[in-house]
Amino acid sequence: MKHLTSMRELSRESAIGLLDNAQQLSQVNEREVKKLPALRGKTVVNLFFENSTRTRISFEVAAKRLSADVINFSADSSSVSKGESLKDTAQTLEAIGADAIVIRHPLSGAPKLLAEQGWISASVINAGDGAHEHPTQALLDALTIRQGFGLHEDLTGLKVLIVGDIRHSRVARSNILLLKLLGAKVTVAGPESLIPEGIEAMGTEVLNSFEQALEEKPDVVMMLRVQKERMQGEFFSSAADYSKSWSLEGDRLAMLSPKALIMHPGPMNRGFEISSQAADDPRSQVLKQVANGVAVRMAVLYQCLSGEQL
Amino acid sequence: MNSIVLNNVTLPNGTGADIEIRDGRIVSIGESLSRGVDCAGLIALPGFVDVHTHLREPGFEASETILTGSQSAAAGGYTAVMAMANTAPVTDNAAIADFILDAGQAAGYVEVHPIGSVTIGLKGEALSDIPGLASSKSKVRMFSDDGVCVFDKDLMHAAMLAVKNVGGVIAQHAQDPLLTVGSQMNAGALATELGLTGWPAIAEESIIERDALLAEGTGSRLHICHLTTAGAVEVVRWAKKRGINITAEVTPHHLMLTEELVRSYDPLYKVNPPLRSQEDTLALRAALLDGTIDVIGTDHAPHSAEKKECEWQNAAFGMVGLEHAASVLQEVLIDGGGDWERFAQILSTRPAEIAGLVNQGKLEVGAMANLTLIDPSAKRLIHSATKSKSTNNPFAGSTLPGAVVHTIFKGQFTVKDSQLQERS
Repeated sequence: MKHLTSMRELSRESAIGLLDNAQQLSQVNEREVKKLPALRGKTVVNLFFENSTRTRISFEVAAKRLSADVINFSADSSSVSKGESLKDTAQTLEAIGADAIVIRHPLSGAPKLLAEQGWISASVINAGDGAHEHPTQALLDALTIRQGFGLHEDLTGLKVLIVGDIRHSRVARSNILLLKLLGAKVTVAGPESLIPEGIEAMGTEVLNSFEQALEEKPDVVMMLRVQKERMQGEFFSSAADYSKSWSLEGDRLAMLSPKALIMHPGPMNRGFEISSQAADDPRSQVLKQVANGVAVRMAVLYQCLSGEQL
Repeated sequence: MNSIVLNNVTLPNGTGADIEIRDGRIVSIGESLSRGVDCAGLIALPGFVDVHTHLREPGFEASETILTGSQSAAAGGYTAVMAMANTAPVTDNAAIADFILDAGQAAGYVEVHPIGSVTIGLKGEALSDIPGLASSKSKVRMFSDDGVCVFDKDLMHAAMLAVKNVGGVIAQHAQDPLLTVGSQMNAGALATELGLTGWPAIAEESIIERDALLAEGTGSRLHICHLTTAGAVEVVRWAKKRGINITAEVTPHHLMLTEELVRSYDPLYKVNPPLRSQEDTLALRAALLDGTIDVIGTDHAPHSAEKKECEWQNAAFGMVGLEHAASVLQEVLIDGGGDWERFAQILSTRPAEIAGLVNQGKLEVGAMANLTLIDPSAKRLIHSATKSKSTNNPFAGSTLPGAVVHTIFKGQFTVKDSQLQERS
């Protein structure tokens, strides 16, 4: 595996391999000296065309724990604002010595284009592109689910419910593909205006009622963040209206099985798509997800840059 | 005196013949005692006519010029092209139209006829000088805002009346702009997976339906550019059955390529209207065979490299098409059970009629000698570098049947033995 731009690039075996590696690497994070020499001498560039402090920091920590050098390149403060093309930016970074480019881009497909157009020979890792995919988020979610149920292989038999703004969510798309690949049954639920046309073709069931979805006793409920700018108008009438039907709170929380996992990719809109009660519930995996994010990104960087599993 | 003899050609109806050309005209089709160019195995067709070409000059000469576009057309077997109006400045007045006409004549490879814009500056606000364009040296008869849709109903209605008055036709780019804000690819499951904004079929179909009714009401003639959906085929079929004066075109790429190519996010496959589903391409092919679709329009849309070497959403829409259109039609039509007479109708006769070109689309004694000889047995690898100035060719790397061997324009070779000829 040289690049990771879409979950479509993974087989069941390679996905499990990545999760196994991440599981092993997560132990580094428990040590006193949280560092391995695995990528010493390698240079990882975080090329972010969209602000995302959390994802960038997670990749940065992951690369540093493997002893790689890390350069953060934010599009806001760079030549990109002067109209430089993606091709020129990437070639410039490679000329500086980048071995891997971790790219976050507001436009769907930019990472795949960078990986496949032959502009550069560095590894390309997708850190979220438009409404397309966020592969490392799906891997860290899968790892969290695996740990949560004490599993060691795939997720066969588990029922995962993803709730909220499916239409604009790259997290949902990557998760649907990966969880399905790992044998889970995936259901998405949200207001009709936020369910994109033909999402079923990716291998998910669609429900338009949170209650109905909860009656199916999901093992995992994954709440998606709803962007503030989408809270009014085109997609639903008001924030209060949305929360009433789609927030994980009160009775809905009570419907969840005691063993179920509550997940959220962050940052959370407490009181909007998720109540504080749910976010702080013992079943909540939110911080575990963040911790697993570092381990998963270590595994991905290691595999892309060394070309081998641990 | 200038003469060419073509021996042993195969005519579209399958019979063999010799063709004699003198002083720019076809003087005999039959048996000739003269020996000239041996055309055994080659099919003689009236020179191809493209009702939908973007030559990019004036304004976008980095992508194409009237000369390079004409050369590309000749290499593809064309003897006439209709040059779309989305130039800069826009072809909304006689001066620009006549500039294009003159430059086309100076290039000397094909007839270049300017298409006039329907609205000033393609802005969709006020009608262009349609009578002025019609009475110019260019005698403009085809009008189009292609690239954008004439969306305002009232304006389209007025345009139809104005164009009817000059005996012309409007070529509509059917795309409801309100249903395609930010659209990037065919709407549906794949657009959802790829996170690209969908381009619904109804955006095309609803405009065709509306304009068909306007054409019926005004008695004006309507041509629909680049049909792409099975539903659009149904609407055109309905309109024709109703007796509405409507014709339709399809591009080579929409006949063969599907949205699956967008998975690569390679802007080479970004085009307006977008590549659609396999079912749509099959419906388009069937419509071409049964005559619901009249002609192939290449929508030859050259773009310089930097317009395509970027993120999908930032890239320009469009693909080149002049040099592989005939091969695509051969694969789709001939291999799909059609014959060479239908081939000639689709690529020559009907487009000449739609555009009102009197010296085109005829392979008969007395006609202007505009003809093309193709070798149907050839298999050729399509290259991205062609006679066009641009390389945005979605067929590059694939193998297509048929090759243009000779193109004769006004009695002279523009292409001979597959080589583009120098013109004075």
